[in-house]
Amino acid sequence: MANILNGKVPPGSISDKWVQYKSTMNLVAPNNKRNIEVIVVGTGLAGASAAASLGELGYKVKCFTFHDSPRRAHSIAAQGGINAAKNYRNDGDSVHRLFYDTIKGGDYRSREANVHRLAEVSVNIIDQAVAQGVPFAREYGGLLDNRSFGGVQVSRTFYARGQTGQQLLIGAYQALSRQISLGSVEMYNRHEMLDLVIVDGKARGIIARNLINGKLERFAAHAVVVATGGYGNVFYLSTNAMNSNVTAAWKTVKRGALMANPSFTQIHPTCIPVSGDYQSKLTLMSESLRNDGRVWVPKKLEDAKAIREGRKKANDIAEEDRDYFLERRYPAFGNLVPRDVASRAAKTECDKGHGVSPTGLAVFMDFASAIHRYGKSKAHNQGMHNPDEATIVKLGEEVIAEKYGNLFDIYNKITGDNPYKTPMKIYPAVHYTMGGVWVDYNLETNIPGLFVIGEANFSDHGANRLGASALMQGLADGYFVLPYTIGQFLANDIRTPKIDPNQPAFDAAEENVRKQIEHFLSVKGSQSVESFHRRLGRIIWDYCGMSRSEEGLKKARKMLRELREEFYRDVYVPGSNNEYNPELEKAIRVADFFELGEVMIVDALHRNESCGGHFREEYQTEEGEALRNDADYAFVAAWEYKGWDQDPVLHVEPLHFEAVELKTRSYK
Amino acid sequence: MKLTLKIWRQGGEFGKGKFETYQMNNANEHMSFLEMLDVLNDQLISEKKTPVAFEHDCREGICGTCSMVINGQPHGPLKGTTTCQLHMRHFKDGDTIVIEPFRAQAFPVIRDLVVDRSAFDRIIQAGGYISVSTGQAQDANAIPIEKDVAARAFDAAACIGCGACVAACPNASAMLFTSAKVTHLAMLPQGQVESHKRVKAMVAQMDEEGFGMCSNYGACEAECPKEISVSNIALLNREYLNANLSRTDF
Repeated sequence: MANILNGKVPPGSISDKWVQYKSTMNLVAPNNKRNIEVIVVGTGLAGASAAASLGELGYKVKCFTFHDSPRRAHSIAAQGGINAAKNYRNDGDSVHRLFYDTIKGGDYRSREANVHRLAEVSVNIIDQAVAQGVPFAREYGGLLDNRSFGGVQVSRTFYARGQTGQQLLIGAYQALSRQISLGSVEMYNRHEMLDLVIVDGKARGIIARNLINGKLERFAAHAVVVATGGYGNVFYLSTNAMNSNVTAAWKTVKRGALMANPSFTQIHPTCIPVSGDYQSKLTLMSESLRNDGRVWVPKKLEDAKAIREGRKKANDIAEEDRDYFLERRYPAFGNLVPRDVASRAAKTECDKGHGVSPTGLAVFMDFASAIHRYGKSKAHNQGMHNPDEATIVKLGEEVIAEKYGNLFDIYNKITGDNPYKTPMKIYPAVHYTMGGVWVDYNLETNIPGLFVIGEANFSDHGANRLGASALMQGLADGYFVLPYTIGQFLANDIRTPKIDPNQPAFDAAEENVRKQIEHFLSVKGSQSVESFHRRLGRIIWDYCGMSRSEEGLKKARKMLRELREEFYRDVYVPGSNNEYNPELEKAIRVADFFELGEVMIVDALHRNESCGGHFREEYQTEEGEALRNDADYAFVAAWEYKGWDQDPVLHVEPLHFEAVELKTRSYK
Repeated sequence: MKLTLKIWRQGGEFGKGKFETYQMNNANEHMSFLEMLDVLNDQLISEKKTPVAFEHDCREGICGTCSMVINGQPHGPLKGTTTCQLHMRHFKDGDTIVIEPFRAQAFPVIRDLVVDRSAFDRIIQAGGYISVSTGQAQDANAIPIEKDVAARAFDAAACIGCGACVAACPNASAMLFTSAKVTHLAMLPQGQVESHKRVKAMVAQMDEEGFGMCSNYGACEAECPKEISVSNIALLNREYLNANLSRTDF
């Protein structure tokens, strides 16, 4: 058996663990905090909230972002909402239920204790955000409103129109700005972390490239926190921002941290379909739309063909000729099944030939019945007892506009179609990565002093993340978990003087980065970085995307290795290091995506089961549902990277389920 | 689509800056404006020329990173739309398109179309926050906030900090940006405590950064991709006056 990892889960019953642990943790006294430095890399929800909270506690924080401002990270694009077990709806929600839904939604591949802690602190996040001035949606009585998301049967999602991520990030950014103005956080914009520095076995600093002038700069601290998000852009096309990348996280793996469950990637069912080969990214349509949107394809293959060829429109298909396949297959949850289930179902229909876009890769999401329902209700509310059809539709569209107006506008801007009048066309796209750097209960990696938080770690979502849980996890880690758990490490470091960045470990790391940069600038090949990234993404999407097979994965690994060899031989990076050079930045990131991509494939090959977002064609039920194998695979697979010439080495953290029973996930 | 692009180049071999003309023969109407520039850059890279530097990230109209003036308008011709959400179907075959950076004294050009907007961060750092540390909050429903008031706060908070208002303003004023934050926080009960201190500090920082005065042109609102209203500026002025007339020395 492989090397066994210790998640350092504290003792006690599941609901008392965190509280007990918190009250017995090591503390760092205020006079010592002033002398302890912490580096935080990344300013999304996790990074900004962590940097702000650590600054408030009195640590000396240095915070880094490659953006021009800490307000830009891709957390800002999260649309739908944030979960919290407030039970303000009185609909039976509780910490336990949020915990259970998250474990089940993750297909029983996450660490129980972490998920329970997440559910516990979820309520504090909402309090904190409201106190910061986050303008959540409210009801007429002035209290907070909620809506539902996939995979749950309660309404626990708090939202700020379709811009919840933006408002929460601005809240964290403002908290961070306050600490910057107070001098407790030193902010470094336009700096990209390119290596981790380890001194005597502990993470003690980073090498960052100043993106304006290319200068490599050294930063030392007592501990390093990496909060640089997920690696969805390994697929090239994803809903991630263009600059989202794995580099900072991957550099920690190259220094000895472990990459856990990298093949667990989330394909979000409702994105605007690909339209051309120049396409640079995909745009998500929030899961909240599935509260009111009904997903369907034409029952008859000839109708689907006619739509693809432009001879028919969605509205020409009679009600009885439509297959609302999610409602048909999963009556208990209907259109609100979890993302992995909805995505696979859409793929199945398109593979059978029912797709509705010219590429054949799209299904409809239809708001007509919601418009009708809301219109009738609003008419009734306004005292109209026999409203005509036009009035109902007009009123219904008003309600829909209030709920989802900005999403409908985005759809209209991108496609040129009006979704109030004709159903949206949607198709799954890469959206989130559940896998990430392995961390223990303290969010600390196997490298002492290196902490990884937010999407960059693997910890809370198992094999599939539920909607509105990414914002929850990012802020939970940054506001309410890391500021405590980092003390466990730092309390033993109060006698450690300021770390000197002029020591051999820093020299070596800087030299390592310099060599890589020099290589890319010296190749002077014939193909752009972008073209390699597209081809890499295509390999990963085709063979390690929505469904995977042993044969395909083996083929993909070979293709990826050949492409990487070509990349190092024939890439063209214009310009020099000593200037603002986005092509050079991309080359470094794509190099890391190649290495990560291979480990993803290795992980997907190794996991001989289907669970959550990881669907192996060999392991499915007769009905095409995922077939999990708890006897052999109820563990976290964490990979140690040994360089390009060797296979990665497996480390295993067995998952123990004490508070929930391992069951086949059913949404039927 | 065939297009003629006149693009501002600055830094590196282009020195203090000048317009360069490029022919683009393979654009199509479904591309976003930035995808059209991607194609141009691919073309330049294949000719071993220096690609055009421009900033972009989310390409969903929310991060506020993209920043360019297209035919004289920040973010181009489409109302309420960032450059990344502008599609080529709004242009015609044979068009000439002039592309420049956001121009303002407080936004120095870094390279080509890329400018330094960190002045905005410093305005927020001066007071654009509520001083509540992690863990100090009371229950979220303890203070009810009228739905319309929360909506008004949200409308102001929707600002993406892109700087189009500054680029649009003949005075390069940052009043719309600053007032959006002042309004967002002033509307909410949680923001009341520090409201006087906040507005004074933010306005002082705005002046220090070298932004111009507001003389009510309204170009900021017209060009704002999030359609932030100039009524926020009126509210800022009211808050500012109020703050300066109130006693703070007790």
